[in-house]
Amino acid sequence: MVFKKVMGMIAELKGEEDDTITSETALLDLNLDSLDIAELIMNIEDEYSINVDDRESIKTVGDVVNFIESKIN
Amino acid sequence: MQRVVITGIGVISPVGNDINSFWNSLSNGISGIDFITRFDTTDIKIKTDAEVKDFDPKIYFADKSEIRKSDLYTQYAYAAAVQAMADSNLIDYENTRLGVYVGSGIGGMATFYDESIKLYTKGASRVSPHFIPMMIGNMATGMISIKFKAMGPTLPVVTACATSSNTIGEAYLAIKYGRADAIIAGGSEAAINPLAIAGFANCFALSESTDPKRSSIPFDKERNGFVMGEGAGILILEEYNHAVARGAKIYAEVCGYGNTSDAYHVTAPHPDALGATNAIDLAKKEANITENDKIYINAHGTSTHLNDKAETLAIKNVFGKKAYEIMISSTKSMTGHMLGAAGAVEAIASVLALNNGILPPTIGYQVPDEECDLDYVPNQARKVKVDFVLSTSLGFGGHNVCLVFKPLIT
Repeated sequence: MVFKKVMGMIAELKGEEDDTITSETALLDLNLDSLDIAELIMNIEDEYSINVDDRESIKTVGDVVNFIESKIN
Repeated sequence: MQRVVITGIGVISPVGNDINSFWNSLSNGISGIDFITRFDTTDIKIKTDAEVKDFDPKIYFADKSEIRKSDLYTQYAYAAAVQAMADSNLIDYENTRLGVYVGSGIGGMATFYDESIKLYTKGASRVSPHFIPMMIGNMATGMISIKFKAMGPTLPVVTACATSSNTIGEAYLAIKYGRADAIIAGGSEAAINPLAIAGFANCFALSESTDPKRSSIPFDKERNGFVMGEGAGILILEEYNHAVARGAKIYAEVCGYGNTSDAYHVTAPHPDALGATNAIDLAKKEANITENDKIYINAHGTSTHLNDKAETLAIKNVFGKKAYEIMISSTKSMTGHMLGAAGAVEAIASVLALNNGILPPTIGYQVPDEECDLDYVPNQARKVKVDFVLSTSLGFGGHNVCLVFKPLIT
């Protein structure tokens, strides 16, 4: 569920669906710039009412999903 | 000194989102003015505007992610630039010799408004990381330069309603003095939002008419303010030999530019139209216009009481008795006032009038005003070949610009 939602948020930022993205895809390889990533984190914080305080450990889409799940469960 | 010609044009406007539909509207007196649909006008006296309809940015942006990171004013400019570059067929160029001069009177006001609300309701941490690059008034130039790898001179101008007459004029000078081979020049505006409408309304600039056919009525005695428009106009200015060498289609030659200030008042024009007179006179002299030349002026003609009166006076100051032979029209009677885009869109109308031998009319004209007693080409387009077309723009802050175009004579 969380994965699907995060994929939707990424698609919104990219302006289109990208079916090459998986859990293993690094955030730096999403073809989004640093401002987009900052906005993605902001959108996630709003969506789940959480605070993404440890950005350093989040490298991949899967890391994002795991982080969210650890905070909401 | 190099000669400067126009080799491409592109437009997003209330009367059409491509050059053919734009010119079809203007030459047939078809208006883009109607009731405001973008927001609820219950609490505001202003009821009419001139909106861009059916704009689809996806046609123009190869990278779709750029759309939501661009304020609407940048999207309009980008779209018009893509059209103009395609029209000019300028493909092989030295990219350090291609420039971009695209301005906006106001910039990303809707973005500014939205992010202010976020700051107020959700706090500083919720303001978008894209806020600043989206909002700043130079970003249309920035994004167009990235799109076309244009690494030559860039100069976004801010002179309110004279903005894109200045960008064209400055681009003309840069090419004339050999600083670039070609420049993507023009302006854009997207300020149809409650904040902008309220602000312009409260400084007595907008028409409170509830009849879209009688709201933007330049030079008519019953005129009572301008109608807010939006959109973008872009022209490709190119050094003459560069254009000829690649076999480019040439619309017209740019041959005069006057740029002055009133140094008088923040919104009102000088009562003797001193600044406007000087701008028209400078451009006329640079273009070597003589007594026998047939002239059309695409006027600023905003439909405010003061502008149309001052502009009429300026034309008389410069041309004397000949002013009564000059054909003058305000296409703002159809497009509304596109603010920072107005100069470029009217330069395009001027160039198309020259090319087609058709002068677009001032529509909705009914009641003559003794203070505006020249030939305003009322209601019906006129088939006339002219020697020169002048396009005037007068902006808040006292900015006055006049551009002159003529047919290419080889």
